[in-house]
Parts: sequence; C-alpha cells; structure tokens
Amino acid sequence: MQTFDLEARGLRDLNATLHAQAENTNQTHWEIINPKGSHAIAVGLDAPIEVSVKGSTGYYCAGMNKQATVHVHGSAGPGTAENMMSGTVIVEGDASQYAGATGHGGTLIIKGNASSRCGIAMKGIDIIVHGDVGHMSAFMAQSGNIVVCGDAGDALGDSCYEARFFVRGSVKSLGADCIEKEMRPEHIAILEDLLERGGCDAKASEFRRYGSARQLYNFDVDNAAAY
Amino acid sequence: MKDHDARGIPHTTPRQSATFSQDVNSDIRRAAATGIYDIRGGGAKRKVPHFDDLLFMGASISRYPLEGYREKCETKVTLGTRFAKNPIELDIPITIAGMSFGALSGPAKEALGRGANAAGTSTTTGDGGMTPEERGHSSKLVYQYLPSRYGMNPDDLRKADAIEIVVGQGAKPGGGGMLLGQKISDRVAEMRNLPKGIDQRSSCRHPDWTGPDDLEIKILELREITGWKVPIYVKIAGARPYFDTTLAVKAGADVVVLDGMQGGTAATQDVFIEHVGQPTLACIRPAVRALQDLGMHREVQLIVSGGIRSGADVAKAMALGADAVAIGTAALIALGDNDPKWEAEYNELGTTAGAYDDWHEGLDPAGITTQDPELMKRFDPIEGGRRLKNYLKVLTLEAQTIARACGKNHMHNLEPEDLVALTMEAAAMAQVPLAGTDWYPGKPNT
Repeated sequence: MQTFDLEARGLRDLNATLHAQAENTNQTHWEIINPKGSHAIAVGLDAPIEVSVKGSTGYYCAGMNKQATVHVHGSAGPGTAENMMSGTVIVEGDASQYAGATGHGGTLIIKGNASSRCGIAMKGIDIIVHGDVGHMSAFMAQSGNIVVCGDAGDALGDSCYEARFFVRGSVKSLGADCIEKEMRPEHIAILEDLLERGGCDAKASEFRRYGSARQLYNFDVDNAAAY
Repeated sequence: MKDHDARGIPHTTPRQSATFSQDVNSDIRRAAATGIYDIRGGGAKRKVPHFDDLLFMGASISRYPLEGYREKCETKVTLGTRFAKNPIELDIPITIAGMSFGALSGPAKEALGRGANAAGTSTTTGDGGMTPEERGHSSKLVYQYLPSRYGMNPDDLRKADAIEIVVGQGAKPGGGGMLLGQKISDRVAEMRNLPKGIDQRSSCRHPDWTGPDDLEIKILELREITGWKVPIYVKIAGARPYFDTTLAVKAGADVVVLDGMQGGTAATQDVFIEHVGQPTLACIRPAVRALQDLGMHREVQLIVSGGIRSGADVAKAMALGADAVAIGTAALIALGDNDPKWEAEYNELGTTAGAYDDWHEGLDPAGITTQDPELMKRFDPIEGGRRLKNYLKVLTLEAQTIARACGKNHMHNLEPEDLVALTMEAAAMAQVPLAGTDWYPGKPNT
C-alpha cells in the first residue's frame, strides 16, 4: 500500500504519480490522505490500480477513469466519475450533482444519495445508488443503467434515449418521453447483476423499470409541447 | 402586364413592400405549409457592419512601408503560452475552425487536415469526437470539448495538440444543435453512442458545470488529465464579449476563441442564426479591451472567427487586436462547397450555387456536408486539401501585402491606428475614426 498525503504533496504530484503507473505496476494499492474536498483527485487514471481516498472529495473525482477502482471514504462533490470509460468508483457517502455525467462505461456505486442530474447524458455507464436521486436525473441519458434503491426526484429520464432506469421507491415525476416499461426476464437478470455488483440489499422484484417511449427520437412538430 | 385599366386610367407601378419582401413572404408561406421553423446551416446572411466597412490607410510621409516580396513580414503565431508546456506554433495566423465528422464527410475532414498541414496551421474537431483519419492527416489538431461529449474519451484528449472548450458558437449563442437522422450513418451512430437514424441533439450547455467558477475547476480537471501539456482554449459566441472574455481568462483559459454571428453552424433554426448574437466586427474591440484591462493581451491569445473571407479580413481582425483568425465557411467553399459546377443539382434541391445551406439534409451535391457514400465519392480529399492550402496561402499573402503597406514587419504589429471606417456603425463598433475625421461614436472626451 502506497500512502500519498495530498495536503503535503499537492494535486499535480498526485495525478502525475498515479498516471505513471503502468498496466503491470506492482504498486497496485494507493491510499490518499487529507483530500479535504480537493477537486480533480485521481482523474484520468488508466491502470488496474486501487485508489482509496480517505475523506471527502471536491469536483470531478475519478473523472474520465479507465480500469482503476477509486473508493471515496466520504462524500463526493459534483461530477464524480464524469465521462468514466471503465473501472469502478465507489462513494461511501453522498454524491453531489452530475454524478457519472456522460460516463461511457464502468460502474459507479453511491452508497448514500445522489443529487440532481445524476447520470446526465450517460453513454453506457452503470450507476447504482443505494439511496435517492435528485431531480432531472438521467437527463438525455443515452445508454447504460441507473439503479435507484430509494426514490427518484422530478423529471426522471427526461429526453432519454436507450438507457434503462430501475427504481425501487417512488418517482416524483417522469421527464419528457420517459415511461414505465415492462420488467421482462432479461431486465430482471440485468438488475440482479447490478444489485450484486453494487452490494445492494434489495431484490430485483421490488423495482420498476423506466425508459424512453422513443416518441421524440425524430423531431415532429406535433410533439412541440413536449419539448 | 397592362399599364392602364379599361377606362384608360394608368395603373400605379406595382410596389413590393420593404417590410413584407418576397423573401419574407416565402418564409411565411413555408411556415404556413409546414408548421415548423426553418433549419439551415451556415451563418447570418443578413447584411451587418463588417470588415468591408473598414479600410487601411497604408503608409505616408509619417509611416514608411516595407518592400513587397523583399522585406520580411512575419506571420508565425504561438498559441497557448500562458500555462501549457507545449504551446501550438503555427506558420500562419489562420486556423481551421471546428467542424464535426457527421456534419462533414470523412473525406472532407481529411481534406481540411491535409490543407491545414500543408499551410502550417491547425485544424479542429467538432461534435462527434476525433476520427483516426483526422488525427492522421492533421499535424496540429485542436480537440473540441463540447456539451454533448459525443465521442469524448481521455485517449483522444491526450492525442490532441490543444483542447477547445466550446461554451458558445457565433451562429447560435445559447443554443445547441441537432444532427438530423438522415446523416446518422453506422459510424456516426457508433461514435455518438446513439441508435442509427435518430435525430441527435447537441446540448446548449455543459452537463457537469455551470458558470465561471465551475469552468475554472473543469479546466483544472482537463489540465490534470493531460498533464498540463496542451493549451486549453475557451470558445465563446459573440454575445457579451467583454464579460465572457474576462470570465474565460479568469477561469484559466490559454486562448479565447471569439465567434461572431456570421460564423457558421452545421444546422440550427434560421431565426436563431439571423437574430441572436452580435456581428464579428462589434465583438473584437470589447474582447481585446477585456484582455487589456486584465493585462493579458498577447499573454492569452485571441482567435477571431465569423465571416473571414480574404487576407484583408485577416489583417483587419489582427489590426483590431486578434492574434489569429479561424475560418470555417470559407474553408468549405475552398474545398468546393456551393460550386456553380453543381448548379443543375442545386436547382433540383430548390436552390442555387452560393445559396445552398440545407447541409443538415445530407444531400450536398459537392459531397462535403453529407454521409451519403455516393455523394461522398464526388469529393477528392487530396484535391480538396490542395485547394485549401492554396486558399490559405492567398489569405496569408494578401494579409502580408497589407501589413507591409502599413510598414509592419509582423502581422501582430498591425494596429487600430492603421484603420478608418466607412460608416458610422463600423466606426462605433471598431472604435476607429470615420474616414476623413478623427472621431468615432463613443470616443472618450468627445
């Protein structure tokens, strides 16, 4: 285990050190102490390493992550794991707005609640939230999955494309062109896998599935009121 | 047409309304027939004060010129000197503006790269990400970081020579875009993670930041991911150039790209293009003043785009304080867009060469703004690249000619004092004297 004191050594040194880790590095475990809400911690990683952040993070922790596992032992600021390509990001506390925004792949697990616009414009990432998600979550979500073990706020999945949303609790409202959909066996299988990966104490049968009605895919003036 | 009635009383001459012109009436008829606004490509077509309304004074007894073809007039420009470890060095102060693969065909993007390379300048990606062909043919490639984040990934980000965060576009400040389904080929769909054939909306604002304080943190993230190596540009529309430039600099931009309303787009509403934003001419001086007020003029470079057509335009933009310019529409025309040789086919599409702007429909007879394999075959990227190189050389030679006539041994030495304006409007916007006077509207202490 390598321990890196962020307060003492600074952000540039941290990210440069983590970026320097090759695919076959033997320094696979890193512990970051004194994060103190700093922004851009462990961004742009591209190696199969495990990074444990001992405290809360600011904006964009683990942004554009590839391969790495980043574990935040606190809460995370806006844009956590934004544009993630692969790997895993785990937040023990709550996550601020835009968690997993535009993510292309990998898994984001939020053990607390996620704020507004969770999964905005997501492009293949899987996001598993143990608590609630805020308003406008999955806005313009393109592909991937969001699992919400609690409740979802207003306008879930507004203007979404092919992403899937599984919600166990209530949905305050659905956004434009987002509808409840049948939970078929293949969806149960997908959800069970996500719940297992996310370490969720929940059964797939407790969830409802939501997704695009595909009515806004091609502009139609008769749908203008929906935009 | 009879000129009198049955009683022999003369008719008055038919008079067209200036308010309800034939153009306006055709817009009304089209709207009544379809129920939807008109979408098109390109920039503002309305006449606005522009570089044509400025003149250089040239040398005189008090200014001596440099000898054409003999005395050097330098054109090199370095962009991104503020924070980046590897600023971009260009041979000419004319860059190729961002245009997407999707809006343009692959061969057209290749031609832009070839032409820019040969002329010693950079080209820029667009919405939809970076293609290997584009990277391969562009020795200096600026990677746009757009609200949609289509195709965005850290590998391509690190392959870029600079990153351009697009906040606004001159054709549509505050607006997003739409790539209509007919242009979504398998490859375009794959790059954007969306099904083939559906309309692809490009967002009007970034999904994970709002405001200048967030932008500063976003720039920090991008610098950390790319190791502080490459310059970070911030592209703004000609909306509030003084404040937007100030805030971009405050947020940490290395370069500000300022795009006026004549700047083109692949597709948006005509009403947006024609009625939102300010003319390029009106934007430059406020942006330069913002840089000067911050003590950052020349420290943070300014690239101006939107209606650059000739070396005179290049020289005028630089005399007003720009470090470089960018061309988009002019580059497409150089490649062969709107060429009269396709007139018969433009007529079939209900338009004429020079006026064709339905780029979003993917039916471009020139094979440039299309994904149709048959139309694309009409465009030769090698020939297109050669034409663009030629055009860039002419722009440079023309700009140098003017600069030498003003006695400047570097394009950057051109200054507002070299200019006069032909109209009150241009004088006010450019803040240079109305020709024959030493005054312009708004001049301090007058």
